[in-house]
Amino acid sequence: MPKVIFDSERCKGCGLCPTVCPKEIIKMSDRINSKGYHPAYVDDSDMEKCIGCAFCYEICPDAVIEVYKEEKTK
Amino acid sequence: MKLVAKRPKALAEKPMHYCPGCTHGITHRLIAEVIDEMDIQEKTIGIAPVGCAVFAYDYFNIDMQQAAHGRAPAVATGIKRVLPENFVFTYQGDGDLASIGTAEIVHAAMRGEKFTVVFINNAIYGMTGGQMAPTTMVGQKTATSPYGREAAHAGYPMRVVEMLATLPGAAYLARVGLFNNREIKKAKKALRRSFEIQEKGLGFSLVEFLSTCPTNWGMAPLDALKWVEEEMVPYYPLGVIRDIEEEGGPKK
Amino acid sequence: MTEKILMKGNEAIAEAGIRVGCRYFFGYPITPQNELPAYMSRRLPEVQGTFLQAESEVAAINMVYGAAGAGGRVMTSSSSPGISLKQEGISYLAGSELPCVIVNITRGGPGLGGIQPAQSDYFQATRGGGHGDYYTPVLAPQSVQEAVDLTMDAFDIADKYRNPVLVLGDGMIGQMMEPVEFKKEITPDQLPEKKWATNGAAGRKPNIINSLRLQPEKLEELNLKLQEKYMAMKKAEVRYETDNIEDAEYILVAFGTTARIVKSAADMAREVGMKVGIIRPITLFPFPEDVIAKASEKARFILTVEMSLGQMVEDVRLSAKGRCPVYFQGRTGGVVPKPGEILDNLKRLAGGGK
Repeated sequence: MPKVIFDSERCKGCGLCPTVCPKEIIKMSDRINSKGYHPAYVDDSDMEKCIGCAFCYEICPDAVIEVYKEEKTK
Repeated sequence: MKLVAKRPKALAEKPMHYCPGCTHGITHRLIAEVIDEMDIQEKTIGIAPVGCAVFAYDYFNIDMQQAAHGRAPAVATGIKRVLPENFVFTYQGDGDLASIGTAEIVHAAMRGEKFTVVFINNAIYGMTGGQMAPTTMVGQKTATSPYGREAAHAGYPMRVVEMLATLPGAAYLARVGLFNNREIKKAKKALRRSFEIQEKGLGFSLVEFLSTCPTNWGMAPLDALKWVEEEMVPYYPLGVIRDIEEEGGPKK
Repeated sequence: MTEKILMKGNEAIAEAGIRVGCRYFFGYPITPQNELPAYMSRRLPEVQGTFLQAESEVAAINMVYGAAGAGGRVMTSSSSPGISLKQEGISYLAGSELPCVIVNITRGGPGLGGIQPAQSDYFQATRGGGHGDYYTPVLAPQSVQEAVDLTMDAFDIADKYRNPVLVLGDGMIGQMMEPVEFKKEITPDQLPEKKWATNGAAGRKPNIINSLRLQPEKLEELNLKLQEKYMAMKKAEVRYETDNIEDAEYILVAFGTTARIVKSAADMAREVGMKVGIIRPITLFPFPEDVIAKASEKARFILTVEMSLGQMVEDVRLSAKGRCPVYFQGRTGGVVPKPGEILDNLKRLAGGGK
């Protein structure tokens, strides 16, 4: 099933990606990264809701997110 | 698992210094995606302006030159005239392009210089702390229009794309937004188109990106995107203002 | 022996650039150098080169920046007010270590000034009219032939040090016609490859042309590197000419076309028994300090003659270090001094005048 990976050290906590996720599974963490920002993340439990649409990747100004999808088996 | 999306090769790994939520980062990534997709990373030369994007030469894995404030179109002219087979683009803010560099951008378009301009219109001077720019909206408060820009005093915002459309040498002119995923996709399409126009040597191309400046606008990133949509777009209409190929090719 | 051709200075300088592989020229109209860009606009297309008239001298110098950064052998020309407009660009060229040749066919100033010849851009040329600690070699011809030779050499000096080089003529040099020959013939393919150029990062790390160093230590490091170049220039690139200075009691110092007028005055002075010698700086930077220092040990005084109200005289005083009086005589605004004026002044000074 599709999945997203956040480079939490690169995230500046701008809060844009949660607003575009159609499945509303992106949250802003309470902890802070080395630069003092609250990074965005997706709970493992929510990961299976991800549809791999990459909206989060598109809106992210800092190329924090990588998006993967299963191979389309014929 | 198939990779759907990841930082493009042409975008350097170095984290960008832009403020959280600033759309510079999105535009940088779109440029890098277009460079990757057209496989021109080894042929492209970029020109960084003076302004927040002055460090753009650290953020692209391509050859780059840093130009004096406003002079990027002249620098690009010099490069493209020496290297006609290479891809050349300038990356300029509204202070750089529409204020000190007005003559350079107008004459590059007039000459039909075969390079692409990525024009960031965020209605303010970012790096120097939020001063009024030629594109600042009427009524918009800035460090140098603290009571709001007053047309009677400081004139009306400059619509660069429409201004350049009076010049036949301008082969492709478009204005795009970044305030939602649909607009970002359209922005990338316009950017790709501008590079194709350059590839075909049809003349000057420019894409104006309506962008945000959360810090100097004093807004959260999402609110800033909304402000672009609700305040800037009505004054700066989005769309392809000119595509020379849809007008039957360059004028004789 | 290449054949001699009668040519106007401006055009000869342009041809000189082409003969050493310059294929890119960005200019703008301004008297008295207009024939130079016009000539380039005719000739460059003949050699598959590019001529472009820019929208301003500011744009032109930045086109030079881009073209030089892309590895081209590139040139621009202008006259005093236009050269003032290029100063920021020249500072960027020096800071980004980009080779190019800039020709100033100087005219009377300040402001709009006039269009007749002058030498009142000496400070701007030799001290750097832009911001920051930088210098550009300055070559000052006194004839159309020398303008050709120095322009050709200017490109090599620029490439050798990766630095802009200024050829400082004046309205006379630009407008005079004299017989010239072109002693070099180089085509672009014979020029060494510029590995630092931004010509597309194919199979190598990206090249960056840039003068920004936000960290003070990094900017100081860049500056110290530039200073090394300028010290090297001072050792290797000083050029001057002397005439009868061995037994001279009085030394005349002048550059460019003024030096030819000073020569006539010196000849007349010798006819009346005055032992007069001439020192003609050809490079204004690096300035020929040593020869003037040595001459100042023996001379009763030095008289510096310029088409300005006294600029090079300061460098002459620095070189003489007070060993002998250094007097100044000059006309400016486009007025050209006459040999008789210089002779009269020389006699007055020799007779104990101040």
